[in-house]
Amino acid sequence: MIDIGLGHYLTLGAVIFTIGVIGIFLNRKNIIVILMSIELILLAVNINLVSFSIFLNDLSGQVFTLFILTVAAAEAAIGLAIIVVYYRNSGTIRVEEIDTLKG
Amino acid sequence: MIAHSIFFYFFSIVAIISAIMVTASKNTVHSVFFLILDFISISCLFIMIGAEFLGMIMLIVYVGAVAVLFLFVVMMLNVAQQKNQWFSSMSSSSHIPVGVIISAIIFFELIIVIGGWKYKPDLVESIDTSVNNGLSNTHSLGQVLYTDYIHIFQISGMILLIAMIGAIVLTYRQREGVKKQSYLKQISRERSEGVEVLEVQSNKGVKIDD
Repeated sequence: MIDIGLGHYLTLGAVIFTIGVIGIFLNRKNIIVILMSIELILLAVNINLVSFSIFLNDLSGQVFTLFILTVAAAEAAIGLAIIVVYYRNSGTIRVEEIDTLKG
Repeated sequence: MIAHSIFFYFFSIVAIISAIMVTASKNTVHSVFFLILDFISISCLFIMIGAEFLGMIMLIVYVGAVAVLFLFVVMMLNVAQQKNQWFSSMSSSSHIPVGVIISAIIFFELIIVIGGWKYKPDLVESIDTSVNNGLSNTHSLGQVLYTDYIHIFQISGMILLIAMIGAIVLTYRQREGVKKQSYLKQISRERSEGVEVLEVQSNKGVKIDD
């Protein structure tokens, strides 16, 4: 318990990943919270990559974390733009009322 | 070592609690605030573990840009007052137990993988980009990023450019009834449609705007 090793960081990443997945599954509110859950999942992936990179003395993980940050920023921008356009067209972003596809 | 573990537990508990609050809080603005707290505590963990550059980049990119973008959209769309139907709709929906079961299975799979996982025996010898301990984290990252990964780096720049153009194109709206200067119209005006020469007879006026 006292010695912090790789397993502790990986467990933290697993916990945050699972919370993000739960947030996507159980959400009844608006889509913005789902986007935030996706950000949480990407954050958990970043934790895994950085902790492997540190504990294996390999820099590639940190480089890939930089690229994940880039893609996450682009994804957030595009997703929020789509949400703004959808809200402008239909007047709601509640998950329950977005049922055009009847899925 | 004891300080390291105390700080690890503190930051990770704060991160987990704020991650739970992101998904469970009633107000969307509070969710964004807890997201910011989560990013800050994870970047503190990164700085503590020895990846200073990534921790600082996390602070700048996530807290400075992405979370503020979320806040802007939440306040612009007027969804802050839509209260969470989390508990009231729980009786009418059947997706909650399925979601909980699937999430629990994912979590246990991850824990099993973490517990029963072993290195390849020649893993450390096969690493190309090992850490040089004489250099700082930022310096060694830069040495790898601009040489070995230069193509991926430029492609990520292209991704950012495309995302910017896409966001502008998606949210751009041509409004009716707004008076704007049109450079194309101004430049392409000809003399023949702008000026007209008239013979004016004496004691008679000229009708304009006929």
